[in-house]
Amino acid sequence: MTLPPLPDEAVALGAHAADWRAAVREAGRALTRAGAVRIEYAERMISVIDEFGAYVVIAPGLALAHARPGPDVLHEGLAVVTLAEPVAFGHPHNDPVRVIVGLAVANAEEHVASVAALANAFNDPEAIDRLAAAETADEVRAILGLGAGR
Amino acid sequence: MRIVAVCGAGIGTSAILKVNAERVLERLGIDAEVSASDLEGVASAASDAQVILTSTELAPAVRRAIGRNYAEIVEVRNFLDLDELAVLLERSLG
Repeated sequence: MTLPPLPDEAVALGAHAADWRAAVREAGRALTRAGAVRIEYAERMISVIDEFGAYVVIAPGLALAHARPGPDVLHEGLAVVTLAEPVAFGHPHNDPVRVIVGLAVANAEEHVASVAALANAFNDPEAIDRLAAAETADEVRAILGLGAGR
Repeated sequence: MRIVAVCGAGIGTSAILKVNAERVLERLGIDAEVSASDLEGVASAASDAQVILTSTELAPAVRRAIGRNYAEIVEVRNFLDLDELAVLLERSLG
């Protein structure tokens, strides 16, 4: 169970987002900078929330932005965005969101392994607070138990 | 015993729920098989399930999708909180 690497390009700390769409786009840009997806993937992540609601806010303060595998996914990737000002996603219990984890997978099998590893990292109840307060990409990688992939 | 974790895209959130539900079931000593499904596939995925785990947000859509299936729909608030999951699963299965 290993997570994809988290290069510096895939981390944006203290980002400013006017609303949840902008916050998800920020995660899409981070995945794009890291070469995991093409920029259209961001709009597909937004569509998932438009279609199904803010259920991607899986825990207080944390959104797991993602979409199905597709031609705009170049390889498996992970991105972490923290927000300078938290934004509401419209979730009944877990708003406002301070941390967005963007996930892109090329096929369903690799995705199960990645997500299991992600669940491990978040078994620490302090993980979300620590991510929200992280000041460097190295700190983020340490909290999630990830490498930079280089 | 069969449990289905459901999310909109069948990617990401339902898999987190599945992994954490399996951990909790092991901790509780309950023998159950957990699968993950998207909303589109839930009617067939849950045909022989006792429990469907999903978020509050998706619960009404899941209810519509499964029609007359008798499985219990359990709404999970925090997908990462193993204690919450343990309470919910114990209440449904214990």
